[in-house]
Amino acid sequence: MRKVAVIGVGLTKFGELWDVSFRQMIIEAGARAIEDAKIDGKLIDAMYVGNMSAGQFISQEHIASLIADHAGLIPMPCTRVEAACASGGLALRQAVITVASGIHDIVVAAGIEKMTDVMTEQTTEALATAADQEWEAFVGATFPGIYALMARRHMYEFGTTEEQLAKVAVKNHHNACFNPCAQYQMEITVEDVLNSAPVNTPLKLLDCSPITDGAACVILAPAEMAKKFTDTPVLITGTGQASDTISLHDRPTLTGLAATTNAAEIAYKMAGVGPRDIDLAEVHDCFTIAEIMAIEDLGFCKKGEGGKVTEQGETAIGGRIPINTSGGLKGKGHPVGATGIAQAAEIVLQLRGEAGKRQIYGAEIGLTHNVGGSGGTAVVHVFKRGD
Amino acid sequence: MAVPRFWREIPNRYNLIGTRCGKCNKVFFPPRYICPRCRRIGKLEPYKLNGRGKVVSYTITHVAPNGFEDQTPYALAIIELDEGPRLTAQVTDCDPNKVEIGSRVEVVFRRIGQEGEDGPIHYGYKFKLV
Repeated sequence: MRKVAVIGVGLTKFGELWDVSFRQMIIEAGARAIEDAKIDGKLIDAMYVGNMSAGQFISQEHIASLIADHAGLIPMPCTRVEAACASGGLALRQAVITVASGIHDIVVAAGIEKMTDVMTEQTTEALATAADQEWEAFVGATFPGIYALMARRHMYEFGTTEEQLAKVAVKNHHNACFNPCAQYQMEITVEDVLNSAPVNTPLKLLDCSPITDGAACVILAPAEMAKKFTDTPVLITGTGQASDTISLHDRPTLTGLAATTNAAEIAYKMAGVGPRDIDLAEVHDCFTIAEIMAIEDLGFCKKGEGGKVTEQGETAIGGRIPINTSGGLKGKGHPVGATGIAQAAEIVLQLRGEAGKRQIYGAEIGLTHNVGGSGGTAVVHVFKRGD
Repeated sequence: MAVPRFWREIPNRYNLIGTRCGKCNKVFFPPRYICPRCRRIGKLEPYKLNGRGKVVSYTITHVAPNGFEDQTPYALAIIELDEGPRLTAQVTDCDPNKVEIGSRVEVVFRRIGQEGEDGPIHYGYKFKLV
């Protein structure tokens, strides 16, 4: 198996991008990644695209062909992968496996979602299809509802408070202020979160990640070739993926995601590191409770202490283990298929020392954590600064 | 949801019929068609649940999906049935603020939702406090 490096990253602005189309977004992110990698587009051997639901959001399937075509990369093989909100992380994993196997050398892992070309109710309905349609959505469950069931149980078992949940949103909005790509470059307070409209108790509007348009690309190469393109390659040293039941009710515990724990165990083992070695992480904070469970499931703190360590500032920039320096899904925005790739881009920028005002100085090892649905899929990657 | 998709699940949705593995006796609701434990040597058969259980977690829904807007605020819960399986359902016929973790509940037959103004009405299970 060959070692794999990231040689370029590119993102669009995240937000409600009414003036640009799906195809313009993916081209913009791709062009930025190619420019960053300083390669000729003709060198690209293959591409994987994470996308949850172009069929529902823009009534367009077969986007792999559309993207290869409009990127001017015909006949390069392009493959769409889907695992709801983990589609991007899965695309990255497929690209890593392809490069590691030796089948291709230069491979693009991309992610994209155009969510604002339909009305908000349709967007919500499309997102709910990541849950079990027959036995969750049918009875009136929405995504915020399903995460609210986890939050309520976490509060019951561990004494996690609504203020602690709010602190996640406050921190991630603060971080997003330093990220020019972020959807919400504005501070919010704990009171703002607590006073926002209830969605599904105990979750309120500002506990939820937003609806976002966005695209992201990373370009991978075998580590031995990476130095030809960049002085600052970042190695992907671990990749792990795990599945769990599609319905939350079928799991023995509601206060953590077994898929996260299982995927992390594989990724840590492959990278030869443990949670204590990680300098920073981008985790899947689709709701505030999701970040609290993620930092526990990834081993950054004990089970049940996620709320407490967040409140104590351990996950802030400058804290013991900075989480979501990009602003996370909450502050940066959550274009579902693009999220897993955008997480990787943030870690690469941090490990290269190019993260501007949100830079974690001396960061050498980073981690990304991407979840599909309520935890039916989780993907974890470990990154290391190249020499 | 097209009519056949709803119609084929009517026994399960109306009468809480799940499945049971004849090999290991584990009961499944919602129904499964392969026992994850026994796999090919398992033998799944229909099994009627008694419809009593307790609330494992709950939330009060203020922002409802399409077809449920007229029901807000409603309590949505994960319920553990006495036979073991867990399901997601609404807790109805009460002030949603009365629902707590550990509350005992039993099944009731109710209108679940409707597809648009002219679409079919879906019926099925909800639960009430006992």
